[in-house]
Amino acid sequence: MSEIKVIDAINKALEIGLEQNPDLILLGEDIGKQGGVFRTTSGLQEKFGTERVVDTPLSEQGIMGAAVGLSLNGHLPVPELQFDGFIWPGFDQIINHITRFRTRTRGRYTTPMVIRVPFGGGIHALEHHSESMEAVFSHIPGINVVIPSDPYSAKGLLLDCLESKDPVIFLEPKKIYRAIKQEVPTEHYKIDSKKARVLRSGKDLTIISYGACMYDTKKALPEFLKQYPIDFELIDLVSLSPIDYETILNSVKKTGRVVIINEENPNCGLASELSATISEKCIKYLKAPVKRVTGFDVIIPLLKTEDHYLPTKTRIIEGLKEVINYK
Amino acid sequence: MENIFTNHDPRVNSVFKVLNKEGKIINDINIDLSNQELVEIYNWMIRINTADKKFINLQRQGQMGTYPSVQGQEACQIAAAFVLNKKDFLVPTFRETGMMWAKGVPLKSLMLYWMGNENGSKHPLDTEVLPICIPVGSHLPHAQGIGWSQRLKNQEEITLCSFSDGATSEGDFHAALNFAAVFKSRTIFFCQNNAFAISTKTEQQTKSKTIAEKAFAYGMQGIKVDGNDVIALIIALKEAKKMAKNNIPTLVEAKTYRLSDHTTTDNAKLYRDDKEVQEKLEEEPISRFEKYLISLGLLDEKQIEEIKAEAKDEVETITQQALNTKDPELTEMFDYLLDKTYLELEEQKKSLLKEYSNQ
Repeated sequence: MSEIKVIDAINKALEIGLEQNPDLILLGEDIGKQGGVFRTTSGLQEKFGTERVVDTPLSEQGIMGAAVGLSLNGHLPVPELQFDGFIWPGFDQIINHITRFRTRTRGRYTTPMVIRVPFGGGIHALEHHSESMEAVFSHIPGINVVIPSDPYSAKGLLLDCLESKDPVIFLEPKKIYRAIKQEVPTEHYKIDSKKARVLRSGKDLTIISYGACMYDTKKALPEFLKQYPIDFELIDLVSLSPIDYETILNSVKKTGRVVIINEENPNCGLASELSATISEKCIKYLKAPVKRVTGFDVIIPLLKTEDHYLPTKTRIIEGLKEVINYK
Repeated sequence: MENIFTNHDPRVNSVFKVLNKEGKIINDINIDLSNQELVEIYNWMIRINTADKKFINLQRQGQMGTYPSVQGQEACQIAAAFVLNKKDFLVPTFRETGMMWAKGVPLKSLMLYWMGNENGSKHPLDTEVLPICIPVGSHLPHAQGIGWSQRLKNQEEITLCSFSDGATSEGDFHAALNFAAVFKSRTIFFCQNNAFAISTKTEQQTKSKTIAEKAFAYGMQGIKVDGNDVIALIIALKEAKKMAKNNIPTLVEAKTYRLSDHTTTDNAKLYRDDKEVQEKLEEEPISRFEKYLISLGLLDEKQIEEIKAEAKDEVETITQQALNTKDPELTEMFDYLLDKTYLELEEQKKSLLKEYSNQ
């Protein structure tokens, strides 16, 4: 065990992957000597060489299209897209090809790969560096969308994704790249990337979150609990597509009250999807309407007001109170 | 090193040709094709042309969906397939019925695909042919990636990507060629410049005098070939293949002409004169090759009729097999989505089956 940050956990998982699988290849902009703009791939090119940790030309469509070809010929590409806001030139490859090869060819050709994307807001970056577009990715059939919420899950989930036979979008909550330190096993281990993690079991209220918002939620909870000493259940969603409804619905049946916390634009979002399915399948168990605590349906603002867009401690606590007080 | 690429620089308006439209050899280059191969190539051109006409008829009779014809491009279709080995990758666009068939995809599979059955894209394991790509140009980066992977794995095989002039306006063309040059991909970019992207003429597509010269901006080599001259195409593509094996990607422009409508839903009369089509008919690839083979004494009228009749019979038989093929099972749309299914997907599948069983 060693105490490491999310950024280190991802680096270690990639290192193990490169050691264990000779077909694994990292490709992306500035991921070599520089180690990526967040330093996630620090030291890996030095260790594994320029043919396995590859600095590409600056083209997301080129990177994603190359990943398709590499995968079709038996490599396991792990493309890094520098920021979530820059994914869109490569999005065509995701929506038109990466997600479709298996179905189109009845399994004759598949395109396993792990697409790493620094994700979400909260680091006071430039425009196009802070979006939360998980619902767009999750809407597409044929790909898994996964997000860790701490160093332990970052390493275990990434190692699990590196063994997937399906393409995976691995969202890396950049706000917590360096925010949390945690004891993490130094050796190889996996966390099921299709399963939600029940971080705390309880009977009064189900709280669902993921990514950096899980960190914000945990920070807001003590103040709420001081006033409302309830027995809450905390679920890290982990897999945004497919959603582990078994875990979610079992929890809701037990508690009857649900708050979903994320930083997306709420319209047609992940939280809306969860809310709809919970209502459809658990209406008899619900003691209160499902509450969504999210961003707003606006363009995420620049750094002067960015923090007011993201779910604040106040909004999280208000959301929890609303549901627990509902009679 | 001097080769046909260096001897035919498209930037000085040089087009590589061997056979003129009268079927006469106009280039003293070594053709390096046996008599048997020459007849085999002709045979394929007839089969491709015959099958293509059948596809159009099937669509007209309501037995097939929209179909993009390859009439006029038979030389390009067979030339690309002819130079590839089974394990070389072919990365096709959608106007590639002949090329895919000659590369080893059964004609029945191609019929099934255009009839709306995904099982048509479950290509045989003994050949490497990607499924048809409809979003124009988006498959070029795949071919780059495969060629890159082939170099990294030091495989014997190479990759050929086929596309048309319209694709060269897409960003994917730029990304793919740029990456291919940077990563020394074992990839041939084969542009069948058929003069149209639906209705848009090549002159409206680019102000470059040739497509081939674009290669040089990427630090690659390019050549422009008469795309209705099957011999020139095979010689150029063989050379490109040699270069690919040495980690040198190339751009081969085949200047041809789409004699058909864009697809069966198109009406080319809206945007081009019949006169132009009549003129281009004189340059089409099959008759000049036929004249050449007759002049060599490899074919006569009787043999030509036999080849055509055989092709017709073959295509008819395969058509019946395709028409008698069962539709895909309803469950298939769910079963191949991911390696591992999940609860909600299984529920959706069950609900569809229930709806179906109640009817």
